Amino acid sequence: MTKVFKRIYTYKFLLPAAIVYIVIFIVPTVMSFFFSLTRWTLQDWDFIGLQNFRTFFEEPSLTIGFKNTLIYAAVTSSMKVVFGLLLGVFLTGKIRTKSYLRSVVFFPTLVSTIAVGIAFSMMMHPTMGLLNQALAQLGIEGPDWLGDTRIALLSVAFVDIWKGVGLATVIFIAGIMAIPEEYHEALQIDGGNAWNKFWNIIVPLSRPATNAVIILSFIGGLRSFDLIWSMTKGGPGFATDVIASIIYKQYQGGFYGLATAGNVILFLFVTAIVYPLSRYLTRTEVDL
Amino acid sequence: MSQPNKALAVLSGVALLSGLLAACGSGSSNNAGNASSTSSASSAPSSASASQPASGSASPSSGASASEEPKEKVTISLLSDNSQDGVATAKALIDAFEAKYPNIKVEQETRPQGSEGDNFVKTRLATGDMNDVFFYNSGSLMQALNPEQNLLDMTNEPFQANVLDSFKSTVTLNGKVYGAPVGSTMGGGWFYNKKIYAQLGLSVPKTWAELMDNNKKIKDAGMTAMIGTYKDTWTSQLIVLADYFNVQAQDPTFAADYTANKAKYATTPAALRSFQKQEETVGYYNKDYLAATYDAGLKMLAEGKGAHYPMLSNAVSALLQNNPDQIGDIGFFAQPGDSPDQNGLTVWMPGAAYIYKNSPHLEEAKKFVDFVASTEGTAVMAKVSQPSGPYVIKGATLPDDTPQVIKDMLPYFETSGMTAPALEFLSPVKGPSLEQITVEVGSGKRKAADAAALYDQDVKKQAQQLGLAGW
Repeated sequence: MTKVFKRIYTYKFLLPAAIVYIVIFIVPTVMSFFFSLTRWTLQDWDFIGLQNFRTFFEEPSLTIGFKNTLIYAAVTSSMKVVFGLLLGVFLTGKIRTKSYLRSVVFFPTLVSTIAVGIAFSMMMHPTMGLLNQALAQLGIEGPDWLGDTRIALLSVAFVDIWKGVGLATVIFIAGIMAIPEEYHEALQIDGGNAWNKFWNIIVPLSRPATNAVIILSFIGGLRSFDLIWSMTKGGPGFATDVIASIIYKQYQGGFYGLATAGNVILFLFVTAIVYPLSRYLTRTEVDL
Repeated sequence: MSQPNKALAVLSGVALLSGLLAACGSGSSNNAGNASSTSSASSAPSSASASQPASGSASPSSGASASEEPKEKVTISLLSDNSQDGVATAKALIDAFEAKYPNIKVEQETRPQGSEGDNFVKTRLATGDMNDVFFYNSGSLMQALNPEQNLLDMTNEPFQANVLDSFKSTVTLNGKVYGAPVGSTMGGGWFYNKKIYAQLGLSVPKTWAELMDNNKKIKDAGMTAMIGTYKDTWTSQLIVLADYFNVQAQDPTFAADYTANKAKYATTPAALRSFQKQEETVGYYNKDYLAATYDAGLKMLAEGKGAHYPMLSNAVSALLQNNPDQIGDIGFFAQPGDSPDQNGLTVWMPGAAYIYKNSPHLEEAKKFVDFVASTEGTAVMAKVSQPSGPYVIKGATLPDDTPQVIKDMLPYFETSGMTAPALEFLSPVKGPSLEQITVEVGSGKRKAADAAALYDQDVKKQAQQLGLAGW
């Protein structure tokens, strides 16, 4: 009896948090699986089986959406790794004003995404924008950053990188600082140069940091919505639509069941990509 | 021993949770309001004067101080959209109404415009949290509100005798009338700069071919023939939507067949023509048409930096405010068809005032709606907001200082058969992606036939959501 009591004892402490988690997370998730099978007006619903999923996959912009989502996630997360690592190395080096520069790099992360989006969409205006006016001073005619369907997505990705690289840098700084001093001493004894230090010590040994950045920014990229919505609204036409913006448009149109089905698909999509990715990356980590 | 503790834990958990939920609720509604003021009114062409896409959206100062009223005084609340005009109109109506009925106090609350506003209204109705009276679109958007369950049937209210039938049909479902008109009608057509027309010796076109001819001459003269403002995507739909007069002139049963899933845009030549017309305008737009906004477009029009701007006539209100000196340089004509004999105007009906069915103050709400739909009410509105066309209330007149650009429109209304309501007032079927599709057509990214077929697919969702027969 006392054994059972002891076993339950710990669960009692878990209960408040568990209730919050269940009611706010588990219940809505399960409900969304249900409502994705219905035609839902918020007030009443008709069960229509898998019709919503069929309709969602027939959505003309969906192929663009999947493609854009993957491109966006891949571009932003790889660039954040590259720039984050370089900035991390630079900011752990022997420079003055180190802490000042660190806060400068981190600053964009603190600004509201919507505000960043609006500011950049103004700067990227083809004729009156700051970017193209600066280019015009150099005699270059800048492109229509957000209007040209070929580069619009990359323009948004660029802003995402600018905004997200600060966080990646901080993670890399922590990763680099965690590398034990012995490795650097060994390098000095062997007479390695700065390149050897970077390539043979920092890159392989900051692997946990790299993995964290890849996973975080890849998931962020797959789900990204706010920046894209505030800059292009998925336009021009459907050129920068990602899965999240397609879902949002279904919700705006009042197709609540359909939008819920879209979210279920997004959930499965992200899981299907991120779970194997994270398994793979953690397997390739080296012990310090 | 452990039982009471468990119960306590559950209780405290629940208490904590309800607090959290409440916080979530208010938080999300705030977010909706904020986000909307940054985003443009994406479905604004479908929003009649109730949600004018006016320039700066005035900040909502909802439900200010309304405490410590005398007991017998009843307070009702009114929800209007947050456009400059929407706020001013609602405020003027409230002031005049309160002066007339000192025992009724009306609190003003605002909501975002466009699709954000649609969701705002639908959510409030679904959660039983709707204001006593609210202003919202007539036509297809109103049909999506589930009127039988949510709105008060006003078929037999005395004021309906003065409302024109052409309006009533846009707020009617299964023979019951649910709304009263707020504001004036609008025309959808082409604004043009008279100075440019005079300079090049052009005349107002009676056919589409003549219009395209004018476009070519203006372009050849080195000027911008057409203003495009596709940053505000809803503005890209105007050519297709304003063409409906020409569609119905050639195919009078299109709206009914379309609702019944018997006619399609792609396979009805008259309807497909609407997309083809937009396709023909490719290349005539200002250089930054993908990045320009509605406000920038109006400025270009007034300053003569562009000759044509397909738009709704409620733009006059913003033009009057921002460029009062140039208002005389601007004219208006209906989008012409292919034959000069069939030249008429596509008309947008005003938005409407609705009463929430479960309101505790139905009598007071009715009094307010009755006031809004009276000639007294239209006179009050005309003072703060430039009417964009005739009113739909018998005996209501336009003010004497109505600018010429609005008067350009009146001949269409004065002859019968020269106007037709836009399709969204005749059929509840309107697809949500039209604005993205027309952006693609207008920028030459998608062919007209392809676009029409894509739109046909898009409207299917709406028809199914509404549970229409035949889909």
